Formats: sequence, C-alpha cells, structure tokens
Amino acid sequence: MFRREVLLGGVGILCAVGIAGRSQADPTSLVTTAIAPGVHVRRGLDEDASAANGDAIANAAFIVGRDAVAVVDPGGCLADGERLRARIREITTLPIRHVVMSHVHPDHIFGAGAFERDKPQFIGHARLPNAMAQRGDYYRATLEAILGKGHAGPLVAPTRLIDARARIDLGDRVLLLTAHGVAHSDCDLSVFDPVSGTLLTGDLLFVGRVPALDGNIKGWQNELALLKTVAARRAVPGHGPVSVSWPGATADLERYLDVVLRETRVAVKRGLDIGTAVATVGQSERGRWKLFDDYHGHNVTQAFKEVEWE
Amino acid sequence: MGVALNRVVRTLALAVCGALGVAAGVARAAVAEPVASPVADDEEAARAVRWKDLQHAIFANRPIQDGAGFLSIDAPARALDAALVPVDLTLTGDRRIKGIYLIIDNNPGPLAAHFTFGPQGDPHRLKLRVRVNAYTYIHAVAETTDDQLYSVARFVKAAGGCSAPAGGDEQQAMQDLGHIKLRITDPFVAGKPMQAQLMIRHPNFNGMQMNQLTRLYTPAMFIRTVDVSFDGAQVMHLDSDISLSSDPVIGFGFIAPHKGQLKVLVRDTKDETFGQSFDVPAPTG
Repeated sequence: MFRREVLLGGVGILCAVGIAGRSQADPTSLVTTAIAPGVHVRRGLDEDASAANGDAIANAAFIVGRDAVAVVDPGGCLADGERLRARIREITTLPIRHVVMSHVHPDHIFGAGAFERDKPQFIGHARLPNAMAQRGDYYRATLEAILGKGHAGPLVAPTRLIDARARIDLGDRVLLLTAHGVAHSDCDLSVFDPVSGTLLTGDLLFVGRVPALDGNIKGWQNELALLKTVAARRAVPGHGPVSVSWPGATADLERYLDVVLRETRVAVKRGLDIGTAVATVGQSERGRWKLFDDYHGHNVTQAFKEVEWE
Repeated sequence: MGVALNRVVRTLALAVCGALGVAAGVARAAVAEPVASPVADDEEAARAVRWKDLQHAIFANRPIQDGAGFLSIDAPARALDAALVPVDLTLTGDRRIKGIYLIIDNNPGPLAAHFTFGPQGDPHRLKLRVRVNAYTYIHAVAETTDDQLYSVARFVKAAGGCSAPAGGDEQQAMQDLGHIKLRITDPFVAGKPMQAQLMIRHPNFNGMQMNQLTRLYTPAMFIRTVDVSFDGAQVMHLDSDISLSSDPVIGFGFIAPHKGQLKVLVRDTKDETFGQSFDVPAPTG
C-alpha cells in the first residue's frame, strides 16, 4: 500500500531498511555477483518495499579499476548504502572516487550518504538537482514514514552534472556516461564500461519486474532505440537479473511500451475516460511481469495524460 | 460567492486537519487497512463530525436529504494516482438541478468544485479529475431549482495528492499555459444533450509543494472559474479550487438547439483569462 503513496509524486520505488529495529550502521555486507572482471552487482528484490523484505529493491553496482572504484547507484537508503560500502571494502581498499546516481528515484540514490566520508564525485544528470528540489523532501518524508526517523538517509546533491556525455577514468578503464532525454524519468543516466562490455542502464531497462513510467513513454522508446546501438555484450538493468544479454534483453520492455502506447492512443481516440483506459489497456501484458497490478495502472495513467494532448 | 466560500471552508479545513501535511497523510496511509473495529468506529465517528462541520460551513443549517436513487459518485475505491483521481457524477431522473457541489472532506480545500447550470446546460453527467490528500469521503451535493439539497458519498483511499510534487517540466507547463481543447463525444443532434470533454493546460499549483533548495512553496496559481456558453447562453459555470488535478479535464453535458459555437472562458487566481470557441458540431476531418 505504501508504495502507492510514493507513486503520487512520480514513481515510487522505495527501499525499506527493513526491520525497524535494525541499526542503520549494520555492518553486515550484502551479496554481490561479479558479472565480469571488476564489475560487481547486488540484485535488488523484485518486490515492493516492506518491513518484511528488509532490503533494497533496485540493483546496485560498483566497478573496480586499477586506481579507484566507481559506484553506480549507491542503494535505496542509508543502511543499504552502508552495506554496499562494506561489501566494496571486502573486495578492495582502493578509493571510492565516483558515485553515479542513475536518476532521482529513492531506491537508487538514498544510499549515497554512506559514501560521503569517501569524498567522491557524486555524479548525476543535469536535471537531477531540479528533480531533487521538486521531490527530495517528499521522498525522504515518505521514506522515513516507514523506515523511522533518520533512517532514510540524506539526499546527497550531485557535485558533477552531466548534460550530454562524460568519462570517468579508473586507471585501466574509462567509463562512458550518457545523459538521456526524458524517458523512464526526466534525469536518466547510463554508464558503459567498454573494457568489460557492460552497460549499466539504470531504470532505462526493467527485466521481469513491470516497468514504471515517470517520464515520457515516447521518449523512453526513443532513448531505448539509441541505447541499443551501444556495443555492449551484457547489461545490468535497474531492476531484474544482475546481468542480461544486450541488446536482446530489451525485447520485453519494448513490447510493453509499444502495447501501452498503442492501446492508450486507441482509448483516447475512442473517447474512453482514463478509468476505462486503466482497466483495459495493456492487459495482454498481465502475467508477463512481476508487480504488474501495482504499477501498470499508474503507467497507463501517465501514458494517457501524455497521449491525450497529442 | 464561490471565492469567499472556498476561503471559509479552507480555513475550517486547516483548523480541523491541523498539521495534516505530507508526513501525517503518508504516515496514515502507511498503516494497512483499518483493522480493529473500535479504531474504525472512532474514525468513522470523526469522519461524520467532519462532514457535519463542512455541511455547516458550506450550507449553513439547510437540511440535506439522501440523494441515493438519483445521484451517484463513481471513483476508484483505491486510487492509482492520488494526484489524479477520476470522479464521475451521474444524475438520473428529471429533477431540475441548479447546481452540484463536489466536496473532498479531508482535503485542505474540501470544496473542490461547484457547478451551476444555465439554460443550455445538462447536469446529468460530470467528470472531473481531483487530488486527494488523505483517505477521505467524497461528497456530491445536488441543489434543485426549488433549493432542496441531496447528497451521496463515496470513500476513497488515496493520500498525498495535494502535496505530491508536480511531475514533469515546470517550464513546459508554463509554456503551454491556457491551451484549451474541447471534444464533443456524442454525435450532434439539435436539442438533445451531448457530452463534451474540456481540457485545459494549467499546472494548477496549489501552494503545497515545497522547493527544497529555496525552502519556499511554489506559489499557488490555480483555476478559479470556468464558464461555458453556447451562442451566448450559459451552459455551466464552475467555481473550482486547489483540488483539481493539474491540466484539468472536465466532462460536462450541454444542449445545442442548433449549430453554433461553444465558448469557454477560464480564469485563474492571477486573474489571467484564457478563452476559446469551438464549432458545434465539430468540423470533421
């Protein structure tokens, strides 16, 4: 239920620290998978945040180079970030110089506070500060309502903004960052590691878990088409398995977006109201995605608002 | 009348709600379904008191009868998006209706809309999209031409819709400000009621969204009135408030005795007006 409240402001993907009593400085590290040399990914659960699942729900990753470490999405809340940092320290003592925030949604960025002591560059899309200004307080208040006061973590402002493309040099590997047009959200950033052929998509790619639309459906289709030209062997989606084939793994998402856009257009053309559209559009996708009933109606609502002004 | 009344009601609402803001609204929503019945009873009692207060503020001591049977509200029991909750009001039968009030009991501005109808109006079907700030009853009150009041209510589970940050691009919203679209969803038959859907580009900022950098609230700027007329004769007048969703979409009925023009005039709290005329029937192709 809680998730819907967060959805209001856009899309709510939340971390739960879990069990209320758990200390936010819980030193227990989390489980990561090395999907390629130096590329480690923590699998987010395909669940909505709840006290019961006690964990973050978005994928979080870090890339270890010769000289430094880059984190790509620092976790969904302070404790999640602390655990991710503890895991990094089990693997390497290299300095953590970069923390990339793939977009504004809380399950991807509220762990950033755990890395402030490392004094890294906090990197975000040029529109991220504005999105944080509009929603940050709201997200944090909402998060604290389930995690308890002080447990969400600080909202860390980006210290380096990307408006087109940029590079991060880790010594023996250079990561390529791309700032995208309005798509899943209005501030999506992707990271490509050419050395390992790994593309970290943020929430431009969902696999298995129903996509959440908080930007522009046509924009998402366009950005996905561009992203598919990246010569990666594998991708790390924002939600889904730690590693999927690229670009093959985009097929389900593309089909979903196509169906929702096409059927929403038909609904608007036929003069259906938004409630009827929510109940009828994209129903062929039911059963193909986890959490379908939790997010799909909201996606149709967003698409409807976009399409009715076409 | 609408402006002053809204102000009174809003003041009352704030007094009653106290600090009901983001945190309170959300915290309440985070609690699962009402469980123990004593708690639920208490809540029901509180809701009844609130409705009584609102009745008093809006309708003074006029009696309100049960409208079930000819007046109904349709809204999702659990909203997918609290900043955009579709609400349909339907009237059946041939009672002569002067106006319809939509009241969202637990919103900071409970009186969301007050429609009045002119000679070319048809009150039988109204559609709105509203913001809902906390679990609440939504009341519709119909006022007949002989000054009788009838109400029906529906409970809606949604929260945070008023203070939820505006999605999308504020600059874009301001660029498109005041664009109006109208679509007539029924075939034209002279003298028969037809439904129309009015769409207005307006962010309807309600003054409850805070900018974290400046710690200031985005100033309220919302649609105050909408007037629709057909060839100079009134169809309907709407007094609205902070509870309409951004980019309002309003479904209403009208009667065109012959081909002509529907004229729409929108006025917001900055006293900006936006108007446009539309041919009836709409040109084809």
